[in-house]
Amino acid sequence: MSGRIERRFAALAEDGRAGLVTFTMMGDPDIETSFAILEGLADAGADVIEIGSPFTDPMADGPVIQRAGQRALRAGITLSKTLDLVRRFRARDDETPLVLMGYYNPIYIYGVERFLNDALEAGLDGMIVVDLPPEEDDELCRPALDAGLSFIRLAAPTTDEARLPAVLTNTSGFVYYISITGITGAAGATAAATQQAVERLRRHTALPIAVGFGIKTPDQAAEVARVADAAVVGSALVTAIEEGLNADGEATPACRDNALALVRALGEGVRAARREAAS
Amino acid sequence: MSARGANRPGPDADGHFGIYGGRYVAETLMPLILDLEKAYEEAKDDPEFAEEFERLLGHYVGRPSPLYHAERLSAHLGGARIYFKRDELNHTGAHKINNCVGQILLARRMGKTRIIAETGAGQHGVASATVCALFGLPCTVYMGEVDIERQQPNVFRMKLLGAEVVPVNSGSRTLKDAMNEALRDWVTNVESTFYLIGTVAGPHPYPAMVRDFQSVIGRETREQIMAAEGRLPDTLVACVGGGSNAIGLFHPFLDEEGVSMVGVEAAGHGIESGKHAASLSAGKPGVLHGNRTYLLQDEHGQIIEAHSISAGLDYPGIGPEHAWLKDSGRVTYVPIDDEQALDAFHLCSRLEGIIPALEPAHALAHVVELAPSLPSDHILVMNMCGRGDKDIFTVADTMGASL
Repeated sequence: MSGRIERRFAALAEDGRAGLVTFTMMGDPDIETSFAILEGLADAGADVIEIGSPFTDPMADGPVIQRAGQRALRAGITLSKTLDLVRRFRARDDETPLVLMGYYNPIYIYGVERFLNDALEAGLDGMIVVDLPPEEDDELCRPALDAGLSFIRLAAPTTDEARLPAVLTNTSGFVYYISITGITGAAGATAAATQQAVERLRRHTALPIAVGFGIKTPDQAAEVARVADAAVVGSALVTAIEEGLNADGEATPACRDNALALVRALGEGVRAARREAAS
Repeated sequence: MSARGANRPGPDADGHFGIYGGRYVAETLMPLILDLEKAYEEAKDDPEFAEEFERLLGHYVGRPSPLYHAERLSAHLGGARIYFKRDELNHTGAHKINNCVGQILLARRMGKTRIIAETGAGQHGVASATVCALFGLPCTVYMGEVDIERQQPNVFRMKLLGAEVVPVNSGSRTLKDAMNEALRDWVTNVESTFYLIGTVAGPHPYPAMVRDFQSVIGRETREQIMAAEGRLPDTLVACVGGGSNAIGLFHPFLDEEGVSMVGVEAAGHGIESGKHAASLSAGKPGVLHGNRTYLLQDEHGQIIEAHSISAGLDYPGIGPEHAWLKDSGRVTYVPIDDEQALDAFHLCSRLEGIIPALEPAHALAHVVELAPSLPSDHILVMNMCGRGDKDIFTVADTMGASL
């Protein structure tokens, strides 16, 4: 186990605050711009970084992430080029956890064993694979854990008490709680519902709990940070990048500037939240 | 309903046919899929459920559909004795309604209050809208914009039946994207909604459940051919998109070693053109829409858009049981291109007075290739799984005619 995820959440706990987890799509809007954004995320306030790996048929994603995936595929990103970006990132930052998020087929076609070897060597810490529930753990989850990579599971409002233990077995790093039943980019859950869900999860696991789906503003991030161990922001960040495109759909400096400005604001929201709670 | 044998082993408890099938879905959907499996297993063992299913198939759908000896076509081709299983005579004009009747009964049993469906050619959309009207449930049908354009009559039929047709403009704007959008709807409306999948694909238990509901085609064929010929057929032929009409015909015969079976894939502009929908002939195993199966995909695992003149076959995957039957060698799969299908479409219309849908026109094109080389006592059954009324605009277009 690389331990970067564990060390990061331990440090956050020591600071008495929740973390900010960001999601951006590798290759969106082009490979170099996506790397420029990736490089700036930690300084801007991201504690854990999810890197999106696109799929032509992202059945759990809303229009914002779908469009980002299409831009990335047009820009020529592949799983192997994504791992190249991980290597370049690691050359300058050996501490910020990197988690790959995507769908199974590109990994399956790359070859599970080859992927795990290359991912580990590149400096990836874990993965979130949307279409691999515990029922399919033999595919990638167990081999990943054996290889020393984290397999981060999604838990949903539909995941009932009877099912939670199965979902939390073979989970490592942290648990990603999807606060609503829906696709990425939809409206978020109420603070009360989120709090209740996190408390339910805590009864079943000692792992850190990150909450995502529908978090768009620093205030919303702060709200989640008061009850969970991390807030995940994806679609809002991808929208900020999209808003920086010129009329021809090409990257401008605003893509990076917009994204990092939003991360700074979200980071401040998250950091302020726990201090309020502690005082 | 789901007898087992050497060639009908599956699926296993986790929904696998060999390495194919499975449940590759987001966690949000997983509990629903387990609920559905449980409800279906209970329904299968409930005589009342079977009785209601049979009653509706008989009195509402119009089953059994005839098994018709196509004498003029047989004489024209000068070989095998050709029979058509006339599933195009079903209410709504295709085999799709068989499965819709089964699933709507299950939806009602589960207390679901809203139905969603995806559709390509619109036949499954129309069949879904039909059973929703019959059961008084609201129905939302996802359909790619490309398909809406080429299947206008079916779009209007769905609206007449009270369904909402939602155009899908992502990706290739055809069947696979409609399925993505339906899955997104389901992830969002989990409590109320039943997803009525139209083919033998998707996560377990759909491939097995849809197969079971469609197996009425093969069971009837068995009885009818025994009555007509006193023996089982030598060859069965059916088109495959997702593969529901084919598995429906084949499944009750899989353990009969003397019966050979051919699934006919859409080769679009030809396999070598790269613009086709022949996932078994030219694809490789991968994971999409909840199951592992043969897929059209590039070397990075990204899905390639399918192409076929037939909207119902225009899908880059195939049901997982077909993938398994291909690997085991029990069923042979062959490609037929747009032009061959159109020729067969015209031939059948003129010779038999039956305007076939473009989907079974693919199966027919293979029969045209195969039959002349067979002896006159060779019994061949082809599934005429849909009628061609919906396709007259597409065909007119290829003839330079405007309607």
